[in-house]
Amino acid sequence: MTPAGSPSTVPQSEILAVPAARGACPFDPPPAYAQARDRAAITPIRLWDGSTTWMLTRHADVRAVLADRRFSADAGRPGFPFVSAGRRTLATTNASFIRMDDPEHARLRKMLTGDFIVKRAEALRPRIRAIAQDLLAAMTAGRDHADLVTEFALPLPSLVICLLLGVPYEDHAYFQQRSGILLSNAASAAEIQTARAELTRYIKRLAEDKRDRDEDDIISRLNRQGTLSADEIAAMSLLLLVAGHETTANMTSLSILALLQNPDQLARLRADPALIRGAVEELLRYLTIVHTGVARVATEDVDLDGRRIRAGEGVLLMINAANRDDRAFPEPDALDVERDARRHLAFGFGVHQCLGQPLARVELQVALEVLLSGLPGLRLAVPVEDVPFRHDMLVYGVHTLPIAW
Amino acid sequence: MNAVTLRVTADRTKCCGAGMCALNAPDVFDQDPDEGLVVLLDPKPPHELHRAVHDAVGLCPSSAISVEEG
Repeated sequence: MTPAGSPSTVPQSEILAVPAARGACPFDPPPAYAQARDRAAITPIRLWDGSTTWMLTRHADVRAVLADRRFSADAGRPGFPFVSAGRRTLATTNASFIRMDDPEHARLRKMLTGDFIVKRAEALRPRIRAIAQDLLAAMTAGRDHADLVTEFALPLPSLVICLLLGVPYEDHAYFQQRSGILLSNAASAAEIQTARAELTRYIKRLAEDKRDRDEDDIISRLNRQGTLSADEIAAMSLLLLVAGHETTANMTSLSILALLQNPDQLARLRADPALIRGAVEELLRYLTIVHTGVARVATEDVDLDGRRIRAGEGVLLMINAANRDDRAFPEPDALDVERDARRHLAFGFGVHQCLGQPLARVELQVALEVLLSGLPGLRLAVPVEDVPFRHDMLVYGVHTLPIAW
Repeated sequence: MNAVTLRVTADRTKCCGAGMCALNAPDVFDQDPDEGLVVLLDPKPPHELHRAVHDAVGLCPSSAISVEEG
């Protein structure tokens, strides 16, 4: 039994700085997380501002803590860990319900869950497929190469979330550029504050314009709800807008790159497109683009594997390391499109588990299906070493993906 | 022939509407279109659905569904 202690009692020189750097394989989480996972259930770490907190890396522990009501998602609580200055700014000013606990969190989340049920996402499939086919046609017309990110992976989920929210897609340059700043771990607190303020103003004006119209989109319905303030509507809409396109866009591009780098797996998918549904789960597990951890703070003392996490201490839950835990997934570092990967934690776990996951699944399944069937000669147009990976962003992926066919 | 019967219960006060049950065992679980919360379609599902029900229980993020064998 290790003495209780706290992460701040560990000598600074021995303490792992997080986020740690990735190793040779751009798809693998930082090797330091794997070493930590092998060594102990719980690891003291140091963050950008010199503060210390705990890191969890094992699948069973990460899953259990995400489902444990004794850990709070409220970033306003002392001890809540932030992986960058920007994260702190973002999470502590007009935060949406992802940074709240129940019952407040449940009250707000329930106003949106109906829009993202499995059946509704399935009903959107033909429309999503038509959008994907149009994008593919535009991308390939008279050309043999393109950047997959800007011409397909980003516009597909952007068009879909704009449709659902009632945001005019013509404004995409405005909100995509600012969303990019919000999700940058390299951006300063001031830059993030400005981007957030501009996006909030944009959404508030849009919501205000919709008040007099009888439209059937999410923002209009939040308006009609009657109990929400303009700030609450803006925070919820902004969450959906940002989360709705950045995540799926990066999963799409990174999935294509991972398949191109694993030609045997790509060949299996091409030979049997029925494998795509399961492959999407495996790609979510293998790539886990939320790569800098999910933060919580303990609201009471919790004992974990012989160590005590005290009330007011933070934990960073490394879902990317948990999804490569061989206690949960045999040969976890291999991409295997035929494995049952459904227990992955890429969408989180507990009451905060991703609200939009049914939609994300359909978008990813359609994107793979349309790209693989439409581009039989798909290949990377540059050496993989030249692909710019998003090390600096909250959501991992690639900044651009030059492809040819 | 397996004689085990399953009794399924769903607790809408715990449900967070993630949809894992409706996705993995659609013959047993659905979601209401307003709040997206679990709707139990079949509290005593036939044997061929037992595996899907167990999967759904294990995948539910908020422990809103449970099964009793009997």
